[in-house]
Amino acid sequence: MEVKTANFEKVASPKATTVSGAEAVIKCLLEEGVETLYGYPGGAIMPVYDELYKYQNQIHHVLTRHEQGATHAAQGYARVTGKVGVAMATSGPGATNLVTGIADAQIDSTPMVCITGQVGSHLLGSDAFQETDIIGISTPITKWNYQITKAEEIPEILAKAFYIARSGRPGPVLIDITKDAQFDSLDFNYKKCCGIRSYKPIPEINLLQVERAAEAINNAKKPMIVFGQGVILGGAEDLFKEVVEKSGVPAAWTILGLSALPSTHPLNVGMVGMHGNYGPNVLTNECDVLIAIGMRFDDRVTGDLSKYAKQAQVIHFEIDPAEINKNVHADIPVLGNVKETLKVLLELIKPNKHEAWHQEFKDHYQVEYDKIIKNDLNAERGKIGMAEVIDEINTCSKGDAVIVSDVGQHQMVACRYSKFNKTRSNVTSGGLGTMGFALPAAIGAKMGTPNREVVAVIGDGGYQMTIQELGTIFQTKVPVKIVVLNNGFLGMVRQWQQLFFDKRYASTEMINPDFGTIAQGFHIKNRKVTERSNLKDAVKEMMESKESYFLEVVVEQEENVFPMVPSGASVSDIRLE
Amino acid sequence: MEKKNFTVSAYTENNIGLLSRISAIFQRRHINIESITASRSEVNEVMRFVIVVSVTEEQVKKIVRQIEKQIEVIKAFYHLDEDMIYQETALYKINSAEFVEDLSIQDFIKESNARIVTVTPKFFVIEKTGKRHETDSLYEKLKPYGLMQFVRSGTIAVTKSEMPISNILEKFDTTN
Repeated sequence: MEVKTANFEKVASPKATTVSGAEAVIKCLLEEGVETLYGYPGGAIMPVYDELYKYQNQIHHVLTRHEQGATHAAQGYARVTGKVGVAMATSGPGATNLVTGIADAQIDSTPMVCITGQVGSHLLGSDAFQETDIIGISTPITKWNYQITKAEEIPEILAKAFYIARSGRPGPVLIDITKDAQFDSLDFNYKKCCGIRSYKPIPEINLLQVERAAEAINNAKKPMIVFGQGVILGGAEDLFKEVVEKSGVPAAWTILGLSALPSTHPLNVGMVGMHGNYGPNVLTNECDVLIAIGMRFDDRVTGDLSKYAKQAQVIHFEIDPAEINKNVHADIPVLGNVKETLKVLLELIKPNKHEAWHQEFKDHYQVEYDKIIKNDLNAERGKIGMAEVIDEINTCSKGDAVIVSDVGQHQMVACRYSKFNKTRSNVTSGGLGTMGFALPAAIGAKMGTPNREVVAVIGDGGYQMTIQELGTIFQTKVPVKIVVLNNGFLGMVRQWQQLFFDKRYASTEMINPDFGTIAQGFHIKNRKVTERSNLKDAVKEMMESKESYFLEVVVEQEENVFPMVPSGASVSDIRLE
Repeated sequence: MEKKNFTVSAYTENNIGLLSRISAIFQRRHINIESITASRSEVNEVMRFVIVVSVTEEQVKKIVRQIEKQIEVIKAFYHLDEDMIYQETALYKINSAEFVEDLSIQDFIKESNARIVTVTPKFFVIEKTGKRHETDSLYEKLKPYGLMQFVRSGTIAVTKSEMPISNILEKFDTTN
């Protein structure tokens, strides 16, 4: 007797129809509600592309210019919509080009399904043309992966793929389909997956732990919240805001948690971590109860672990049991989806204000404002600073835009200074720090939220890593706004070279092409700003453009991002200069 | 914290690729696997991995959680040597001429509770199941006679306490 290892929805489905494996793939995507997918065709995935041709009125395939771009676009789409992003590629180099995006989605918990073609099953292991062991390669960077060699496996495996990608702590799933499985036929009958016996996406709530957490919060004199993307992934933003407001606890965010709480909220005290705000970093080591919500204590957040919040009782709200005690010991671990656990917590906590404690955050902010922020935003001489550009974007967007940032100095500045009213508005590569992420991710983000303004903020280095995706923008006419902050350097590495390697600028200076001419070649409206006096007008023109727009801003070459917790230092040893 | 021998037991589905998914968890953390075996378990269609590593308890706790996080792993546990009944099996292949010429070999076999598996005119094969030091001790005794081949299995182990795996699986069948 066959053992049942997964459950599928019991639906009175229509009679099975006989289709090819390739057609079954498309029908599965439609069943899962996929409207847009990103990919690049090639030999081993051609049968599926042939079906995409037939179904082009029902499903929108976006041809990116590189498979890496397809994954980042799928990620951008997933991050703004909460839906599963889908990327498709052929075997061999097509599949290996997905690797960076998959690794990025894994570490940033982004729901994504990647479908790759594979050589015919009779050729597996023969070093056939464009054969690569993508299952072996993707194993450590996927939540789950599977190689389909028989057409009849397609509906069940794809149902499982979508279920696994979106449930619990989301992540990327790769499904490799041999060419013969795409050609062979099967009786198609789709049932969504609703359970896998070896997989428990959401741990059961232990009410006692929530009660202990509430007691600790109620008794705390100097409590502090650090929240991450778990609040967004759990769809718990409103509930979270209620918890913050009722408890009166100052709340700081990780860069993936950014936008879960409006920027202007009085209890939003800013960013933690290496380039985070002064107050939340210093006060992490002064609080008596640290309430971590849907975050994983990344080393860029904690700095030296042996000097991180040692004085505090740590409460950790988390969906993934493997994150408990991984980096920071949790005195009170609270497992579960934060949407469930915070709901219980909200009833148990007592209203409080913590005014004196909150004043400490304000005092620290004032120190940071006087030393850093004031100059960042109000410089009158010298070249334009990165923060001024972000500030102009805020002025135009009024906090309603989606900001997609790349990786480096501009990313830290964008996260520090962007203002957000709505959740799922900050899209950036956090854990993996993937340069080249922003341009393709912005394409996916704009397609996911066509009614919102999407602005990609990119450095001159990262821009050139996926610059070919301008072709995708040109072809699809997706109205993405692109801002390149050009300092002629790989700025973050240069900053480290200046501070820690005696200014030996090894291979960080960039001799750049004329970006305007390149944009022109793709027929994208463009403008270059070098003078402060033109900045406001240029940003306004970009934001008001109905079509895609490229804005290059030549910024100060050797600007440093401060505050900074030097690598290996304690968060309370954060430097202001 | 000091390093100790821990035996990790993982109950899993029987799927291609799970071995590499599990071994990658150790590889990523630069941890050497002392031994690894996979076989059917007491539950129909469920596999059991037995992995021996020398790590700190803090490390093994984190590893077990990472293993359990894998989609096709049903449950994982870790145990110390004293909580387990464990054995290894070794095979020794020896030239038959030595066996006939020197009767002391026959004494070693008897003393160590080993078993002769096969005898041919050219070679014979001895099997010994026991603890590592026991199979090592027989190895040292037979080595002077010229071991033609030697091989030893990974550790297989059962726990002294109950494994609640069947309950976990039953729950799935009834709750869905």
